[in-house]
Amino acid sequence: MSGPSKYVPQSGFEKWIDKRLPLVRFAYDTMIDFPTPKNLNYWWTFGAILAIFLGIQIVTGIILVMHYIPATDRAFMSIAHIMRDVNYGWLIRYMHMSGASFFFLAVYMHIFRGLYYGSYKEPREVLWGLGVIIYLLMVMTAFMGYVLPWGQMSFWGATVITNLTSAIPFVGESIHNWLLGGFAVDQPTLNRFLSLHYLLPFVILGVVVLHIWALHVPGNNNPTGVEVKDVEKETLPFHPYYTIKDAFAILVFLMVYFAFVFFAPEALNHPDNYIPANNQVTPAHIVPEWYLLPFYAILRAVDFDIIPGIFTAKLGGVIAMLGAILVWLALPVLDSSKIKSMRYRPLARIFWFIWIANFIFLGICGAMPAQAPWTWLSKIGLIYYFSYFLLILPLVSKFEKPKTPPASIADSIANAPKGEEPNPNIVGVVQN
Amino acid sequence: MRKIITSVVIAFAALSAGTAFANTGAVKLMDAGGSYNGPFGRFDRAQLQRGFQIYKEVCSSCHSMNQLHYRNLGDKYGPYYDPKYPNPNDNPVIKAIAKGYTVKDVDASGAPVDRAGIPADRFVAPFASDYDAKQANGGVAPPDLSVITKARHGGANYVYSLLLGYDHTPPHDLVIPDGKSYNPYIAGGIIGMPKQIVDDLVTYADTPENKGIKATADQEAKDIAAFLTWAGDPHQTERKSAGIATLLFLFIMTIFTWMSYQAVWRNVKH
Amino acid sequence: MSDNTTTKDEGLVSRRDALHLATGAVALGGAAMAAWPLIHQMNPSADTLALSSIEFDLTAVPEGSQAKILWRGQPMFIRHRTAAEIAQAKKDDTAKDLKDPETDVKRITQSNGKVGKEEYLIMLAACTHLGCIPVGVNESGYLGEYGGWFCPCHGSQYDTAGRIRKGPAPKNLVIPPYLYTSDTIVKIG
Repeated sequence: MSGPSKYVPQSGFEKWIDKRLPLVRFAYDTMIDFPTPKNLNYWWTFGAILAIFLGIQIVTGIILVMHYIPATDRAFMSIAHIMRDVNYGWLIRYMHMSGASFFFLAVYMHIFRGLYYGSYKEPREVLWGLGVIIYLLMVMTAFMGYVLPWGQMSFWGATVITNLTSAIPFVGESIHNWLLGGFAVDQPTLNRFLSLHYLLPFVILGVVVLHIWALHVPGNNNPTGVEVKDVEKETLPFHPYYTIKDAFAILVFLMVYFAFVFFAPEALNHPDNYIPANNQVTPAHIVPEWYLLPFYAILRAVDFDIIPGIFTAKLGGVIAMLGAILVWLALPVLDSSKIKSMRYRPLARIFWFIWIANFIFLGICGAMPAQAPWTWLSKIGLIYYFSYFLLILPLVSKFEKPKTPPASIADSIANAPKGEEPNPNIVGVVQN
Repeated sequence: MRKIITSVVIAFAALSAGTAFANTGAVKLMDAGGSYNGPFGRFDRAQLQRGFQIYKEVCSSCHSMNQLHYRNLGDKYGPYYDPKYPNPNDNPVIKAIAKGYTVKDVDASGAPVDRAGIPADRFVAPFASDYDAKQANGGVAPPDLSVITKARHGGANYVYSLLLGYDHTPPHDLVIPDGKSYNPYIAGGIIGMPKQIVDDLVTYADTPENKGIKATADQEAKDIAAFLTWAGDPHQTERKSAGIATLLFLFIMTIFTWMSYQAVWRNVKH
Repeated sequence: MSDNTTTKDEGLVSRRDALHLATGAVALGGAAMAAWPLIHQMNPSADTLALSSIEFDLTAVPEGSQAKILWRGQPMFIRHRTAAEIAQAKKDDTAKDLKDPETDVKRITQSNGKVGKEEYLIMLAACTHLGCIPVGVNESGYLGEYGGWFCPCHGSQYDTAGRIRKGPAPKNLVIPPYLYTSDTIVKIG
């Protein structure tokens, strides 16, 4: 949708710079003039919310590093120093801690929306793929960040997750030691995790730029899944229409976020992480942060050797867990339907709802001890998780009788029945 | 159709959540009834002072609090805060408390010396090392109490329940080793710490704030729970006030933005 | 705005502009408030401030010697002057080579404006030229022509009241704020 630029330099300076480095033109085309479908609902505001949270995490993170000490004997105390003595240190750390949770909450909403409205389909495959890469980078960043306070959960989480690398046949042990910089999680591990935890957000920022670039070539998908046919009639300039709508959604989201930061800052944290790391005592029950629980359940669901000695349970679990994210990359190929939006796919939509419920269910399984019935419930969850991508989406379009999508966005707006007219007011409050 | 799916999903979620709760099997904690609970809850300074007194006279013979400094006691919203001394180092009460401790230090030439404590010192630990702490306590070092209310599920209620939880009969199949006690509130049910909190364990200062407050076991446990909650989260009051201001601001900002949004989109059919 | 806007619509437009301006103003105010914690966190933290004032027992410094102690992370001198040194300093109150004229009494004044004890000179140990530590009594090295301090870096010479007499330094050695809390205890900072 990036047609010819409509930017007209006004002042002398704008004309001068436009011939040399057209930054203003770039900003104008991407943030002001960018034609955006009129019919986007509140699910489309999570992109802007995510941008805000990337900013919050980077700013608070840079500040925390000014006070944090990455040494095994001082890291825990330096967190106490931040919480007690640094001016507003408690605020900055709590913003960073809860920020991670709300960042993930928003990214899940963003991903679920993409799954529902078929945003991964032609011509947005690259846009979608870049998104999956961003999510993977977020997981890595969050995992390494959780190690830094050097509490019990930090230490044992790091031990358990880095141990997964040793499942790789033949070279696993070498990779494990390479990753840790030793034979167990210790000073070298902490140091490099801080370095990478600091680096990766900037890599994310870079991929986000590509993600937005890839968005601006085909333009936004929309709830009908029908591409824009008439830019004049069906789109609005991004500013002020969507800047103000996104701002409203961001504020509502921030209210919930700050309610947690100020009134329940520890609600999403595990108490064990306020016990200093001790390499001689394992906590009774190791759990990752809530946003990684579904994948943790998938990891634990593979508790049987596929080929004993070669394809072990450990390797199987690692493959299943990574596969659960990487399978998203293949979605544009796997989903055989020509219709994008689930609005017009009655059968696929049911499976989508079940998939969301299953994802939450896997999260619950991940939080539970690795005992019956949770072990076999996790297996059911795993089977449905992968079936959705590998069986249901490729095949369901062969059976379902889709409704006919509107001929155009303009048509859908003109023909919207009174009652079902998209009412952003109400929907927004509920969804955010 | 959508209704059916939704109800199935909700039922499923409720079911799993229900099972989840049933599965934890933890003993229900007693409520320490803290004045500091909730968005508007605040610490009671007299209670913090009583709690500190118990820590000082009883708990501190085994438990360190190595994240705290004597000056913290005089911080704003702390037990001995005095508006006359915004810098707690000048607060005579704090100076007197600190002076009561002997701190190991080195002098200007680098030689080890023992000196009287000053407000900037950390709480002096009861044992010189973790090893000594273990040796003196049957092989298990008593946990540091700086953030104990954050490091245990239930926080203040956990501390309160644990301290009063010594009078339960252990289950038949649980063998309590010599020198250990049964306490249902600790994971596993076996605790190294003997019963500590009894009536009149300490004598509370005769101040107007303490009028009518008797040193019963229940009161003592509540006071120590309050003190430890403050110690683990000393900026709680500040945080809550800032939170109320922030949320009020965001609410007003959201209303303004909402009105702007309506004005911008007024003539757009979408 | 289209060309055929009526007067009524114009009223509406300006009301709308006022609304957007108000929204922007509230946002700006919020941003300013949010900026404060982000800036203030770099200021000295509570543990640093806790050591911003220290108490020192002057009986530890015998007459004719000086103690070097750390205050706010920087060294300072506490010199116990002899009667001869005090007399010399008072005599030099009117000397012509004082670059930064101050009387000896001014050099021993407490932070509340009252004169302290003339035998104790309390000063930061940083040469006012470029921050080196000058050499003083009971340290090996040249003390300069004035019997006070000599800075080995660029040769500034201070007298027994810590006043600059010769060399590149522009000012006298800095007197920190201090108060005698008792006869022998001084609180610095």
